[in-house]
Amino acid sequence: MGNVILDVADLHIEFHDHDKPETVVEDFDLMLEEGEIVGIVGESGSGKSMSALAIAGLLKRHALTKKGRIMFNGTDLLTCSRKELRSYQGDEISMIFQEPMTSLNPVKKIGWQVEESLRIHHKDIDKKERKRRAIEMLTAVGMHDPEKLYEKYPHELSGGMRQRVMIAAAMIGEPRILIADEPTTALDVTIQAQIVELLRKMNREKGTAIIFISHDLSLIRQICKRVIVMQSGNIVETGYVEDIFRHPKMSYTRKLIAAIPQIDLS
Amino acid sequence: MKKFFSLFKKNKATGERNTFLLLGVIITGFILLMVIVGLFYTPYNPTKMDASAKLQGISFKHIMGTDNMGRDVFSRVMYGSRITVAIATFTILIGAGIGTIIGALTGYFGGIGDEITMRIIDAMLAFPSLLLSLVFVSLFGTGTYQVAIALGISFIPSFARIVRGEFLRCKNMDYVEVARLQGASNIRIIFVHILPNTVGVLLSSVMIGFNNAVLAEAGLSFLGIGAQPPHASLGKMLSDAQGYLFNRPSYVMSIGLVIVLMVLGFSFLGEGIKRIKN
Amino acid sequence: MEQEKVIQIRDLKVYYKQYRKNIFGKKRRHQVLKGVSIDVFEGEILGLAGESGCGKSTLAKAIVGMNKDIEGEINLKYSDTQMVFQDPYSSLNPSKKIGWLLEEPLRVDKERKWTPKERKEKVLEIMKAIGLPKEMLERYPSQLSGGQRQRVSIGVALMRSPKVIIADEPVSALDVTIQAQILQLLQQLNRDLGITILFISHDLRVIYQICNHVAIMKHGEIKEYGIPYEVYRNPQNDYTKELLTAAGIK
Repeated sequence: MGNVILDVADLHIEFHDHDKPETVVEDFDLMLEEGEIVGIVGESGSGKSMSALAIAGLLKRHALTKKGRIMFNGTDLLTCSRKELRSYQGDEISMIFQEPMTSLNPVKKIGWQVEESLRIHHKDIDKKERKRRAIEMLTAVGMHDPEKLYEKYPHELSGGMRQRVMIAAAMIGEPRILIADEPTTALDVTIQAQIVELLRKMNREKGTAIIFISHDLSLIRQICKRVIVMQSGNIVETGYVEDIFRHPKMSYTRKLIAAIPQIDLS
Repeated sequence: MKKFFSLFKKNKATGERNTFLLLGVIITGFILLMVIVGLFYTPYNPTKMDASAKLQGISFKHIMGTDNMGRDVFSRVMYGSRITVAIATFTILIGAGIGTIIGALTGYFGGIGDEITMRIIDAMLAFPSLLLSLVFVSLFGTGTYQVAIALGISFIPSFARIVRGEFLRCKNMDYVEVARLQGASNIRIIFVHILPNTVGVLLSSVMIGFNNAVLAEAGLSFLGIGAQPPHASLGKMLSDAQGYLFNRPSYVMSIGLVIVLMVLGFSFLGEGIKRIKN
Repeated sequence: MEQEKVIQIRDLKVYYKQYRKNIFGKKRRHQVLKGVSIDVFEGEILGLAGESGCGKSTLAKAIVGMNKDIEGEINLKYSDTQMVFQDPYSSLNPSKKIGWLLEEPLRVDKERKWTPKERKEKVLEIMKAIGLPKEMLERYPSQLSGGQRQRVSIGVALMRSPKVIIADEPVSALDVTIQAQILQLLQQLNRDLGITILFISHDLRVIYQICNHVAIMKHGEIKEYGIPYEVYRNPQNDYTKELLTAAGIK
């Protein structure tokens, strides 16, 4: 532990599709250690998803400028070749999204989608082995009857199950970093709790570092040790979640904490 | 007005200019100018024959030459464009007007009425619209108005389809529920609340429809149905001119050019409007 | 003091049509609410909690008369009940200006005729109540932020001074800090204007914050009802317990 696997420094992202260039992320820094869970919290437009997309290498390359560096495995993901970036995407660094309804391809079977990253990154693994791993993964994310599920289509599953499938697909290559962008926002509370528990289990068992993005500070508190608070493209505050809850330094953080409805049952 | 002109300026962010809109406005403006001026003034009397000046080529005197009866082609084009534009406009008014009402009602209310209407419309759409117009022309007889009505009816299905689709999309939006809760009547919801939201789509289909109407009119007149002599529409003139394709190509070409320009102008305009929306 | 009931629901059953599986199949009715009984008291905020598909929105729609296929009794003290929807992006007509949207309830008012001047005055009054500057009357919904739009939807609901408002997940689509502002606005309307609010939400924390009573729904039935403090402290039903745990409350 204590091994830094991802080092983001001075990240700037600027959009150019409106009249004036618009800075969406400014001076973003993040040191991710092996096996830790870091939260990024902020409201819509705070730049939290943009930073995550930049780390995942998913920002479109036109109409924007990027500055700074994202060091992973000794390569700068911002400046490396497309080919090199692709060799990390989905394998070493993978991502899950908010909307499980749209992030699965409706015309492909569940098994196919879970296997996809193996098919791309590990061409040496044969079909039988791929299927074995996919089923193992589906079991690991808590699906009953994975053999049957393997042959199903996304529309036959509920929202929570789809999000589990997404996690299985993201985790099959045993990535070192998993970026979860509001993975529970579209789900019901009881399902939410299950997905959070599943992510924690993945972190514990496989040692995957997780960047957990959410607008919900109370959820961040449940899962993360460290948190980065963002507002309109800037990092407002960063530190251990418990410290921030107890002694928020910035007024914006205080406002976020105050917005969580307090429940005192004593 | 200022806003109107700003549409043609370069978009500062993307550095792109809405070239389609610009070209569309210029070409269509030119055609419309020709039609409007033609109402009051033509260089020659478009129906006056002159046996001594048959099939002349392009000259300063006759900028598009003369036809087989010695009439000035440019004057006739000015005159003919008017009829073509009038027929196309009338066609669109009928097609888009009735089509919108049918589409709005069926899309909004749904049910068995929708089912029946849509099957009829499917059946109508299965025929090419030119063929359909021919059927109607055979019912109504030939002539300018008859052709406009026939074309108009054959254009109803496609408009009804488009508007119905838009209504199906909009009618489940929460703002429709809100309006209903406030006690707005169905008619008010259809025409005041939902219809304005379909304008964008409707406008670009009107532009495309106009083109189709111009071409369909030209086609019908070419077949000898539609404007009857001595009246002239572009299609009728093209049909008259085809016999002289080889000994006086400028005659056919100049008429064809005007039809092409008219269609091109409206296509550009439609595309330009679509780009504003985005 | 015995409070008056503004909404009284007895054994309400609501059905949805289910489409035929094939042309020879029977048309089936699917029961969404399975005998719901609940009272809403004058001047209170009643929280209706439950997960998606539990029937809470169906109940709301049945109350305002948007569901037709129902059995059971719904007694309303006031005929004019307005609704505020979850998504302020779809509940405001994108092709109309804010001023027009606010005036519309008065234009279609069957109770009385409003002159244009009266309408303008009422609109200004409501703009003040929802805390928006009057310059916004000339804007389109797309030019407003999510929170501002939700204020406008609340304003639209308020135009005819209803005594009861049903708010269907009014803050779920908003950022947390904006959420807090909208909740404050609802509380203020409840306190100052005495408007009874049926507040539908999946968020037990929010319900605790603003509601006088809470009803927990699952599968078209009310599982538990009571004062939030007592229900949360000592939940009787297993499902309530599960919800509380999932929300990190207990």
